Amino acid sequence: MTAFQVEHATRSSRIGLAVFAVLLVVLAAAPWWGGRQDLRLLAEIYCFVALASLWNLLAGYAGLVSVGQQAYVGLGAYMLFAATMLMGVHPLLAIPLAGVVGAIVALPVAGLIFRLRGHYFAIGTWVVAEVFRLLASQVSVLGGGSGISLPVGIVTAMAPSRQMREFLIYWLALAIVVLVLGAIVLLLRSRYGLALTAIRDNEIAARSNGVDVARTKLIVYVLTAFGTAMVGALIFLQKLRVSPATAFDVNDWTAYVIFITVIGGIGRVEGPIIGTIVFFLLRQTLADLGSLYLLMLGVVAIAVMLKAPKGIWGYVADRFGWQLFPLERRLNIKAEAPRGTA
Amino acid sequence: MPDTLLEVRSLDAFYGDFQALFGVSLEVAAGEVVAVIGANGAGKSTLLNSIAGLVHARGDAILLAGEPVGGVPAYGMAARGVALVPEGRRLFPSLTVEENLLIGGQLGRPGPWNLPRVYDLFPVLAQRRHAPSPSLSGGQQQMVAIGRALMSNPKLLLCDEISLGLAPIVVRDIYGRLPTILSEGLSLVIVEQDIVQALAAANRVYCLQEGRVVLTGTAGSLTREAISAAYFGV
Amino acid sequence: MEWANIILQGVLVGGLYAMFAAGLSLIFGVMRLVNIAHGDLIVLAAYLALVVTETLGINPLASLAFVVPAMALIGYALQRGLLNQTLGDDLLPPLLVTFGLSVIIQNGLLELFTADSRRLQAGGIEVDSIQLGTGLAVGTLPLIQFALAVAVIAGLQWLFYRTALGRAFRATSDDQAMAQLVGLDNRRVFALAMALSLAVVAIAGVLLAIRTNFDPAIGPARLIFGFEAVIMGGLGSMWGTLAGGVILGVAQAIGAQIDPGWQVLAGHIAFLVVLAVRPQGLFPKVQG
Repeated sequence: MTAFQVEHATRSSRIGLAVFAVLLVVLAAAPWWGGRQDLRLLAEIYCFVALASLWNLLAGYAGLVSVGQQAYVGLGAYMLFAATMLMGVHPLLAIPLAGVVGAIVALPVAGLIFRLRGHYFAIGTWVVAEVFRLLASQVSVLGGGSGISLPVGIVTAMAPSRQMREFLIYWLALAIVVLVLGAIVLLLRSRYGLALTAIRDNEIAARSNGVDVARTKLIVYVLTAFGTAMVGALIFLQKLRVSPATAFDVNDWTAYVIFITVIGGIGRVEGPIIGTIVFFLLRQTLADLGSLYLLMLGVVAIAVMLKAPKGIWGYVADRFGWQLFPLERRLNIKAEAPRGTA
Repeated sequence: MPDTLLEVRSLDAFYGDFQALFGVSLEVAAGEVVAVIGANGAGKSTLLNSIAGLVHARGDAILLAGEPVGGVPAYGMAARGVALVPEGRRLFPSLTVEENLLIGGQLGRPGPWNLPRVYDLFPVLAQRRHAPSPSLSGGQQQMVAIGRALMSNPKLLLCDEISLGLAPIVVRDIYGRLPTILSEGLSLVIVEQDIVQALAAANRVYCLQEGRVVLTGTAGSLTREAISAAYFGV
Repeated sequence: MEWANIILQGVLVGGLYAMFAAGLSLIFGVMRLVNIAHGDLIVLAAYLALVVTETLGINPLASLAFVVPAMALIGYALQRGLLNQTLGDDLLPPLLVTFGLSVIIQNGLLELFTADSRRLQAGGIEVDSIQLGTGLAVGTLPLIQFALAVAVIAGLQWLFYRTALGRAFRATSDDQAMAQLVGLDNRRVFALAMALSLAVVAIAGVLLAIRTNFDPAIGPARLIFGFEAVIMGGLGSMWGTLAGGVILGVAQAIGAQIDPGWQVLAGHIAFLVVLAVRPQGLFPKVQG
């Protein structure tokens, strides 16, 4: 009888995790070493890492390429405003609540758009986002087409001073991105993760090996909606104002996210992190170019897709065999001496 | 030996990392019929696909009328007069019988074969010319596939298992028309599971086993024992 | 009579939507590619027409003589130069590359032309109308649009089923490897298909430019309308695409009647209903 163990860690992933732990402590302490602008920038970075990681899970692992995740960003944002303004829910509680609503809404949406395949599925997700946007502009109690600002009373209910509020939002953003990344890593390490990797490589083969492809995809879609809606709620809590145009903006919540993931590396957990760093570096240096910036981003994304389809991290990981997170699977077989007649 | 039309020299063929052919060499003279036999998985289809340009080959591994054509893509080989009747027929399901034949001739290569001549060769196709191709019987589909290949007026016709899935009487019927096809000076390479049919139709035979040529000779000179040994490797 | 007029308007605009859809449907049929930049290319054609009409001082409808060949050429070059490299088993590359293209076109147009709304003047036919019996009036322009749409779709049907090029399209769509074996160079076939698609896009773009105000950002909505028309009509059927466009146009017209803000939403809802109830579309020919 042979016993076996599945091992996940490698030397590089041990180093990576150690680096991560140190980084986490440093970042958690940011309110003490960073200024207001730094905190806002970092929070924005965390939100994009989370959004991109979630999109990566959906597209890079489950093979569900969505160009309509802004539907859930906006839904989360509007749920936050609705819960706090109309139902008196505390803003901090409203964030996870927004996530739950996102997950619930994702179920019937999936029921509809999963009837479409491949490219048509992608456009279907866009239609859903448009429907959400149009519906939001019909809701006059939340500002209709022009949107609404978060009342002062709700803002102050979060924390007594403005500084405390900013620290709170910063830590929330950090907590959410850690939660999202942690959940993704745990998911990928589980047998669902194995199923996902199988689906990504060859859906038909996966199905014939007993993987329930439809259910796995649904689970991933709903979980991604949950995460995306929470991030959306947080983003707009920070912005203090929501409108259909900003909440459901295709550029902010889909174009940038896709570019980040493609450039960083699709199908690897590290990809969105690398991509976000590159994206923000570019933005800091090219900030004033407006539409030219987006144009260049498009050119870069196309070039990466054609020449280096695995992105920056994909290239690095393949070349050096690195991984930051313990996601590899290696069999460690321990053979025992056979019993009975020898 | 009259002019060599096709020369295959030490051909290796890969599907990704998997090697299917190991140093296969073969020759076909103008007007000759060569049979390639072997068990399933021996590499017969791979050989034909390589010659036809579907599988990548080293530049000098395949020579057509002396010109190195390894690596030329399939549409280039078709333009050079190599036509493949693929395993399983592979008619275009969206096209009718006549459209399948017409598209075979879309290169417009000059030669004796045209639509009326193909209908002469296979009269039943003329009756079903506007039928959607999937609606034909297996034997009729095979006729369309052969006719489609002939429409390109090839110098070299490659036939991959044309007897597969067909009743013996139908197979005999099709092979019975070979002389007409060959009368214009075409060269023919046939891959066959039906060894009797292959030996009857061919001038020379190659036997493949696990990607290598293990036996070759004129059809008449090979004994039953030698062929069995080569075929099964026992 | 009020409702009859509204439905009629919806039917006629459906022709325009069908034209948005026809190019999309053609490409998907031949090479299983959905061009996310499709709507932006329609807008590009509109701007091209703008440049041509302003430089040459001709009627927008006459500008078709320039815009159609120009867009066809762009389509050929685009496919040959860029999109052919993305085709394969993986669906991510073509989707992401065309998405990137969409962003590039939108922002390029924004840089060149600013976000100002434009419109092409066609010398009065925009407001002309024809009386059809009691109380029923139909605009000359919408009628021309619809007639053109029917002509384009009939033309595409003829091309696909009665010409050698159409045979090549269908064969390549059926079995790419076998198509190569009969001497068809896939790269050329795909490029020709894209050229044809963009020729149709050109017509749609010029008509759009005459009919409404346009700016660089309206591309994605045209893509969505075209897509909804294709799905409602059924994949693989050209006449189905016309039917889908008409349904969309009528749904939007009815929605607009209820409340102007509901126009587009009504169309989306009609699409979602068809998707829920009959996902293969109303006249499907192929399984997508």
